Amino acid sequence: MKIIILGAGQVGGSLALSLASESNDITLVDQNASLLREIQDRVDLQTVQGHASHPSVLERAGANDASMIVALTNSDETNIVACQVAYTLFHTPTKIARVRASDYLNYPDLFVQEAMPVDLLISPELLVSEYVKNLIDHPGALQVLNFADGKVQLVAARVNRDSRFTGKTLADLAREYAAYDFSIVAIYRKREAVAFTDETRVETGDELFFVTAAQQANKVTSALQGVDKPNRRILIAGGGNIGLQLAQILEQNYRVKLIERDPDRARYLSEILDKTIVLRGDAADEDILLEENIENVDIFCALTNDDEANILSAMLAKRLGARKTMSLINRPSYVELVESGMIDIAISPQQVTIGALLAHIRRGDIVAVHSLRKGAAEAIEAVAHGDKKTSKVVGRRIEEIKLPKGTHIGAIVREGTMMISHPDILIQADDHVIMFLSEKDRIHEVERLFQVSATFI
Amino acid sequence: MQGAVIQRILGQLLMLFSLTLLPPLLVGEYFAESDSLYTFGLAFLSAFITGVVLWLPHRGQRADLRLRDGFLVVVLFWTVLGSFGALPLYFSTAIEISLVDALFESLSGLTTTGATVLTGLDHLPASLLYYRQQLQWLGGMGIIVLAVAILPMLGIGGMQLYRAETPGPVKDNKLTPRITETAKALWYIYLFLTVVCAYAYWIAGMSFFDAVCHSFSTIAIGGFSTHDANMGYFNSRAIEWIAILFMLISGANFGLHFVAWRSRKFSAYWNDTEFRVYAMLLIGVSLLAALILQNAQVFSDGFTLWTKAVFQVVSIGTTTGFTSADFSSWPAALPMLLILLSFVGGCAGSTGGGMKVIRVLLLFKQGMRELRRLVHPNGQFAVKIGKKPVEGRVMEAVWGFLFAYLAIFLGMMLFLVATGLDHVSAYSAVAATLNNLGPGLGEVSQNYASLSEVNKLMLCLGMLLGRLEIFTLLVIFTPFFWRD
Repeated sequence: MKIIILGAGQVGGSLALSLASESNDITLVDQNASLLREIQDRVDLQTVQGHASHPSVLERAGANDASMIVALTNSDETNIVACQVAYTLFHTPTKIARVRASDYLNYPDLFVQEAMPVDLLISPELLVSEYVKNLIDHPGALQVLNFADGKVQLVAARVNRDSRFTGKTLADLAREYAAYDFSIVAIYRKREAVAFTDETRVETGDELFFVTAAQQANKVTSALQGVDKPNRRILIAGGGNIGLQLAQILEQNYRVKLIERDPDRARYLSEILDKTIVLRGDAADEDILLEENIENVDIFCALTNDDEANILSAMLAKRLGARKTMSLINRPSYVELVESGMIDIAISPQQVTIGALLAHIRRGDIVAVHSLRKGAAEAIEAVAHGDKKTSKVVGRRIEEIKLPKGTHIGAIVREGTMMISHPDILIQADDHVIMFLSEKDRIHEVERLFQVSATFI
Repeated sequence: MQGAVIQRILGQLLMLFSLTLLPPLLVGEYFAESDSLYTFGLAFLSAFITGVVLWLPHRGQRADLRLRDGFLVVVLFWTVLGSFGALPLYFSTAIEISLVDALFESLSGLTTTGATVLTGLDHLPASLLYYRQQLQWLGGMGIIVLAVAILPMLGIGGMQLYRAETPGPVKDNKLTPRITETAKALWYIYLFLTVVCAYAYWIAGMSFFDAVCHSFSTIAIGGFSTHDANMGYFNSRAIEWIAILFMLISGANFGLHFVAWRSRKFSAYWNDTEFRVYAMLLIGVSLLAALILQNAQVFSDGFTLWTKAVFQVVSIGTTTGFTSADFSSWPAALPMLLILLSFVGGCAGSTGGGMKVIRVLLLFKQGMRELRRLVHPNGQFAVKIGKKPVEGRVMEAVWGFLFAYLAIFLGMMLFLVATGLDHVSAYSAVAATLNNLGPGLGEVSQNYASLSEVNKLMLCLGMLLGRLEIFTLLVIFTPFFWRD
């Protein structure tokens, strides 16, 4: 597939990296030549230097025969215009734009073929704040990802010392917790995926990925973790776009405090937010944290755009007694560095954003994709089409499907109801299949599995 | 100061006002009263001729009014019309009252206070009774324009807030073109409410004359009645509930009525923070009052008890001042509580008096903010009305207003006590006039006849100060107002 990516920033760069490794033809457009050269040195792709929305630049990037354009520059307007140009001059089939300003997002009628032809709007801030909200709604979870419009969730959680799962085989667990209706799709031990069967035993320190109905997710997590109190008090450090949006989503159900350094921004936030207590000051200031009873805070979220400040303030909060700390970390190399130490959950905005983009880039009818483990693994929701003759999955029982190595089916969603994967379930047309791939390189095998063969018309 | 323009406007106002002396004259003729032609005819001529004399030399003046002229016009409007409005009462042979009494009665009417110095209302000529009600109605009409259009423009006591809040009324700084449009729309609403209210009273059993008269004083949040026993005269629960409804409507912001009417949506009311607080406050105090009355077993019948409680709370809370029972003898702290409730008063932009719900709400929120600041020294808190933050400038103005209001209240009360009035009467008389309420407690629970002349003049000032939101009048007395 030929894809043009506009903007070689953090998200654009990581997306290019992720897609190029899947043998797509990537063209990266940016105004900064040295940035492009640096990326080209590492990744096999074409680069074009120029203004992303100029028709001549898009033409040079090969917009004439591109099947997709992804506009990720810093400017909403440039992104929208680029999509407009691509649609009008080059008839590009799929146009994705990153739009940050919530004002645009509030008027979805704007983005129609006749006005602003954008097929998919991506707002990284919104995606990240929803991602964080999911984590806060599910105490104990390291990751919570939605499938089938939020009916089904994939949850990652660590087996700790109090866990009732320790030492049991998966078959034991399935028997004991039959009522909980979940299925384990991946086990990571010492950061490596473990090939598992029903007889594999769960050990302390394992990271389990399981699929379950959304309303069951908390029950399963707390069984896995021993009892974990529900979260009540949230302290957000950094009142940027993400901090603001997160506070807005959370303030109805949680007691939210937000620390912002800039006095003008703090005043603005206090006017926008309803229940959140806005504090003016430095999140790495011990006095403020103590004054605001950091020891009673359930979750401390460091969400400024400065990685180092986030990490340090989260570490400080943890030392002062915050129950759990999360930190926004842009640099991939930092993520692993901190997760073993003082910070409980590192949130990588690129990973979150890329997942949303990947769903549109994958072949076959793939509804949702979430990129996991620094992009090494992927969780996808695919729709099965065709019949027994034309499809390799429809009309077959789950145990009959030849899944690639490291791939597990977690659940099937049929007409809105979720069924936990079981070897005997017969896949029907239009079933949504939720899978976990611990080796992303095998994505093409899965794509092929779900593509309908040529005889099907 | 553009003296010529102000003089011209004043002349026009007086001529216009003189015309309003003709309907009572006709009422008198209809009821074949002997002296109405003399009383109102003479008053009409005095007002009209004065008006012409003021207007004629400057009739060609067409300069725009400036901000400062605005203050003066507003103050003169109430003082001059109040003085000329006193003439018929003074001229009338049916009542023998002093000039001060006539002035008090006229100002009480025009400011929609509803405090009276007259007794034996039931035996007065119909023309005079009608005239008093009409004074209130006209006063209410003036107040609406004053409250919705002019005060926000002058920025009195934080009311510029209200200018920013309401989508309808004026936003520019000139007193002409748009204001007439706004005023017209508001007056239509005012007129419409009056007609509906009069009709409802009539259906509920009042005589046609009483229905019209009482609808005038209800919609104007006035409180004058054609009977000594006020609303109690009719002894009808239906009439009391009608009065409750229309007092509630008139105590709400007319700008809000305008918005609701134009958008045809009732949700406009509930979406308005001030209206919500206004409604909740009145409901809350009504419940409390009913509970206290129930406990003391003042009324035997439950429905009567609820009607009386709600009626009195709404009447005092909106600063109308109708009475259907002698609330000053109600048990416990209830009379005191009701008088205190009148300090809150109606919504901004209504015909009601008091400090206005929005100001009290802002003060309350500011108080809460100070408490929060103590707990979170680094906290950044905004005072918000609805979802909108309130500017610091507005908060300052509201604080200043509160101080001026309380200072004047205390000063006047001390003055009345110094002249020999008892504490409760002095407290309630000043509150009742400053809040444009009407009836007080103790000596002034029925009427103000027994007070000394100097006290009555002081209370006249109180009514004017209350009606003009204090600052409008006070600013006239500052030296820097007159300096250029």
